[in-house]
Amino acid sequence: MVRSALSRTTVYILLSLGAVLMLLPFVWMISTSLKAPNEVMAMPPVWVPTEWKFENFTEAMKVAPFDRYFINSVIVTLVSTIGELLTTILAAYAFSRLNFYGRDIVFAILLGTMMVPSEVLLIPNFVTLSNLGWVDTYSALIVPWTASVFAIFLLRQYFLGIPKELSFAAKVDGCSEFKFLWYVMAPLAKPALITVALLKVINSWNAFLWPIIVTNSQELRTLPVGLSAFTTEAGIKYELLMAASSMVIFPMLILFFIMQKYIVAGVARTGLKG
Amino acid sequence: MDVRIENVTMEFQNTVAVNSLSTTIRNGEMVSLLGPSGCGKSTTLMLLAGLYKPTCGNIYFGEKNVTNIDAEKREIGMVFQNYALYPHLSVLKNIMFPLRMQKVPKREAKDRAMEMARLVQIGHLVDRKPGQLSGGQQQRVAIARALVKKPNLLLLDEPLSNLDARLRLEMREEIRRIQQEVGITAIFVTHDQEEALSISDRVMLMKDGVLQQDSIPQEMYRKPINSFAAAFIGNPPINFLLARKTEQAGNYELVNSSQIIKLPGYLNQQKIQIGLRPENLFLTDKDNALLTGEVIHLETIGRDTLIRVQIEDVTIRALIDPSIPINVGDQCHLGIEQDHVHYFDTENGSNLERGNSYDGQANMEQYA
Repeated sequence: MVRSALSRTTVYILLSLGAVLMLLPFVWMISTSLKAPNEVMAMPPVWVPTEWKFENFTEAMKVAPFDRYFINSVIVTLVSTIGELLTTILAAYAFSRLNFYGRDIVFAILLGTMMVPSEVLLIPNFVTLSNLGWVDTYSALIVPWTASVFAIFLLRQYFLGIPKELSFAAKVDGCSEFKFLWYVMAPLAKPALITVALLKVINSWNAFLWPIIVTNSQELRTLPVGLSAFTTEAGIKYELLMAASSMVIFPMLILFFIMQKYIVAGVARTGLKG
Repeated sequence: MDVRIENVTMEFQNTVAVNSLSTTIRNGEMVSLLGPSGCGKSTTLMLLAGLYKPTCGNIYFGEKNVTNIDAEKREIGMVFQNYALYPHLSVLKNIMFPLRMQKVPKREAKDRAMEMARLVQIGHLVDRKPGQLSGGQQQRVAIARALVKKPNLLLLDEPLSNLDARLRLEMREEIRRIQQEVGITAIFVTHDQEEALSISDRVMLMKDGVLQQDSIPQEMYRKPINSFAAAFIGNPPINFLLARKTEQAGNYELVNSSQIIKLPGYLNQQKIQIGLRPENLFLTDKDNALLTGEVIHLETIGRDTLIRVQIEDVTIRALIDPSIPINVGDQCHLGIEQDHVHYFDTENGSNLERGNSYDGQANMEQYA
């Protein structure tokens, strides 16, 4: 009893320390977003602003067309998530249920591509896009992200766990392959699909490097890219940057609180990525 | 609708799962496909369902050749061993599913599903998910789902093997009741001889992909076509003995034993295999005995007593009247009615009487 109480206390202390460490940047961000410019860089650090400057938020909004960026972010996130779900469901079904020549080899090659660091792909992808004439279009922001090998792998494993007799039953009940996928397999794989979608939404919303490479015009910028507007020759306006950043990550925080269970499950599986 | 199977063969990579199978299943008939695992009975069912396509041969539903028609277009109902219910749908939605696939309007589909649910007596469970039901209830849902679209043919793949013994008995009668109430042609796969004999109008016994015997249950028991059929049907299993012809005409001598037994003289073979069902053997006196040996084991199972008798180095099982006192170590004399003895060819196992002087009908009258 004593031992388990002791070990539990230790665990809680460690977890609390970890939580504090993770929370600090958020606290600092919010605190900074409410400071006057002279307190931002003050030494020793000012944790609680002497004067709460809520007008930082309204001012930050004026620096760049954030409403436009917001709409862009929503479009890119939504479309690429839906696209990825569709390609994932179809590919995972093919790799788990259909028998075609070379299936396992193709799948192995796909898995192999997961070992290629994404930075390496930036330039070849950019070249491809520019050959297609897609640079500075929505297509450039969306299309390359409508398929994910990891998601296919995750869903394929899930599909493989669904008994084969279910597909026999569905066939006898009058389902074509596609109907079976749509009415039986996909609904059964809902937990896996939610995980895939959430990870996608988060990644897509936070994407910075790719949008900044493939877009030039204001009208196509997404929120993370838009944040660079606070970096000027005169330096960085941290209090405004932090106010805008708080607003950008707010939707993700809400999403995280609601969908925690699925995100944790997804990240735990991401560990398999190795 | 009659179902006609014509020389159907199914080959997988290296094995022949079903070998040149032919039969006709008449409208409204319930037929069991019986055999040990790996005999091709489930493959036959899959072929009828259209889930497998035969390597050669044809399958007719009525006059229509359905050999190359896909499962979803064959208008059949099927019940699987593990029921294969859709876990994400409620019982009602499970039963409605085949109708929804046929684009039956929701209203009508719901009414028909409810009617079917009541027929299989699960009307009060329609809002549950399959996971919340017992095995027997899931089975009923599976049957309802198979029947709801009014199929021409009902296929059941070992539907009772996941149930416990009592429930199995109950569901067996249930399936028979429902089948007769709906009047549907049904094919039932099982490895359990008792199930096959009790439920069906006709039994097809298979071994290694080859149809062995295709007859009514009673005939399969009384007139097994070969030693495999004799061994597969009956519990406890039939006793086999080898016998060799003696100098004296019509007499045979047991191999491994010096006992002389009298057998019909029309058998010409030098060596024959004889089959004696344990339930046909009875205790008798020395003069009428076919076999004599020492009781080495005795157990009482319900209304019978099962004894094992050692005769030189062969062991014979016999079911005897429990009111006769007998103990382990006693000498006993076992007799059998002449026409309860089965004779088999030692080479190919075929029943030497079939096609000889017997036919099934005459034989049955004799027993009546």
